[in-house]
Amino acid sequence: MQQPKTTEEPSQPTAGGSPRPDPMTEEPVAPANESSPEPPVTETPATKASKLTARDLNLWYGETQALFDINLDVLDREVTALIGPSGCGKSTFLRCINRMNDLIPSVQVQGEVELDGKNIYDPDVDVVQLRSRVGMVFQKPNPFPKSVYENIAYAPRIHGVAKKGGEMDDLVETSLRKAGLWKEVADRLDAPGTSLSGGQQQRLCIARAIAVSPEVILMDEPASALDPVATATIEELIDELRQNYTILIVTHNMQQAARVATYTAFFHLGELIEYDDTETMFTNPREKKTEDYITGRFG
Amino acid sequence: MTGSGFETSKRTQRRYRAEKRFKALCIAALTLAVVFLAIFFGDMIRKGYSAFAQAKIQTEVTYNERSVEIPLAAVGEDVRKLVSRGWLRLIPKQVEANPELMGRTITRWIVADVQVDQYLKGKHHQLDAEQQAVVDRLVEEGRAELGFNWTFFTHGDSKMPEMAGIKSAVVGSLYTLMVTMLVAFPIGVMTAVYLEEFASDNHLTRLIEVNINNLAAVPSILYGLLGLAVFINFFGVPRSSALAGGLTLALMTLPLIIISTRAALRAVPDSIREGAFGVGASRLQVVAHHVLPLSLPGILTGSIIGLAQAMGETAPLLIVGMMAFIPDYPTGVTDAATVLPAQIFTWANEPARAFAALTAAGILVLLAVLLTLNATGVILRKRYERRW
Repeated sequence: MQQPKTTEEPSQPTAGGSPRPDPMTEEPVAPANESSPEPPVTETPATKASKLTARDLNLWYGETQALFDINLDVLDREVTALIGPSGCGKSTFLRCINRMNDLIPSVQVQGEVELDGKNIYDPDVDVVQLRSRVGMVFQKPNPFPKSVYENIAYAPRIHGVAKKGGEMDDLVETSLRKAGLWKEVADRLDAPGTSLSGGQQQRLCIARAIAVSPEVILMDEPASALDPVATATIEELIDELRQNYTILIVTHNMQQAARVATYTAFFHLGELIEYDDTETMFTNPREKKTEDYITGRFG
Repeated sequence: MTGSGFETSKRTQRRYRAEKRFKALCIAALTLAVVFLAIFFGDMIRKGYSAFAQAKIQTEVTYNERSVEIPLAAVGEDVRKLVSRGWLRLIPKQVEANPELMGRTITRWIVADVQVDQYLKGKHHQLDAEQQAVVDRLVEEGRAELGFNWTFFTHGDSKMPEMAGIKSAVVGSLYTLMVTMLVAFPIGVMTAVYLEEFASDNHLTRLIEVNINNLAAVPSILYGLLGLAVFINFFGVPRSSALAGGLTLALMTLPLIIISTRAALRAVPDSIREGAFGVGASRLQVVAHHVLPLSLPGILTGSIIGLAQAMGETAPLLIVGMMAFIPDYPTGVTDAATVLPAQIFTWANEPARAFAALTAAGILVLLAVLLTLNATGVILRKRYERRW
């Protein structure tokens, strides 16, 4: 337990739905439970707790099942990457976490997703509140066609987080600073958000998401529509945000997963095949499928 | 193959010929359309422009008890047959509106009789040689001339062409369209917003959608029958009123507004909705703060086009009794009223020749209004057109 993270065996999350005989009964391990009995000295407890837990999550689009018995623990204030070939369910899973799938009428969800131990699919959960705690950044930058200022101020206003005027100005500035965009847009807060460059727009969307101080930020291939320079900026930003936010990032780019994520989950055909710390995943995967995908044999 | 390999082959030559033929056909079709349009406008302008001028005669008008009783006595014997009797009949009204005129004699320009008008315009007329001589003398003395036809814009319908104008029809059209828009716009937009943003996609909503699309293609006269049955017979709305006509036209415009609004809403990309949902906006907030403002130009454009269509509609109004002779303009939505196209139709049925010019002039006014409306729609769309 001396070296942090790499030897963090207990917090190694569980992979469910894999070809193993009975993954659920074999390893129903929640890292939070395991790490608490033996508190490590050198680690901050925050990095070890589980923030999000999916339990036996199944999802159907009409008749088609898209997710099969997903069991996954996402650790607090870590970056977790979801990788896998197209159509493997990684984005679908991501959208389960802030219930964006609710917007698609044919979607049916079974199972639980717990945020701090509370199932977000419970009937008493207010989706609006949930989404203020779980922010989202989309594949294509989608700033509102309003001013930069208004893009940031919108969510705090509808949630009543900040008052109009000085308080809101401060919040807009802090959010933009956190997203590393303040210097570039400070003198044109009134310019339309859509007039920024692609990379700036995406950082604006990140600033928009963090304006309401969420605990979790979901990123759905946030850099796939950007050029390499803008991608690098976004990745640096993700690296900074990990101190304060739990980040789940879907990516097609395995190098990106390797660069930004501490943990990586590999999805295939709606099943979670393997979930481990990124280094293990990329150097010594347990599953053959993971290895095949990572080495580019399919996908 | 010999040569450079870039020579045209028979095959490509055939292709080029087919292309030229097709292009020529397209140009011919376009030319035909333009020619018809030019003929239509040319004909209307040729027939209608003379109605914008009107013969006037300067004479002394005496306002006293006798002339109030027998209006013909108000003017001198020489011009008695040459001025508009319709104008003279207004003398009692003038005195009523302006009592200080009583007992005074004023020299003023008054509207000439239609025959004088036609004579001065060089058209077919019924003046005898003596009257022609009088008119010629008046013209020489500068007491008779063709001036701008203000009567056309300040008077309602009349059986005397020189006194007939479009004012009551214009006011009637305004009232009718006001009712139409007040009813059709909110209902249409709300229906479209519900169907597009709130309703789930099931058999019922799909059935409704198909029916709305069908309604847009229903012959407009059927809406007139529906309006007659529902608004006039059942709800007791006054017949011939702008309210009855406006409600009927609202029924007809509704599907158009719904369809164009839905198209405008659909043009807003889902990424905007997702972004708003993603920061925790409720469905109403997503619609009210993001989708509606973005689609408003499209909605307005569609509504203006619908308005223009309602403006030019005649058939359903025939059924609710708006094809009427309305000399005085309506002062409210429940007064008997007529509309511009109905006025044009009424004039077109008049036997007097001068009405032909009035009909064409009315058409020109209607076309000008419609072109303005459609241009507004196009400008709105161009100005606020947005690309995502």
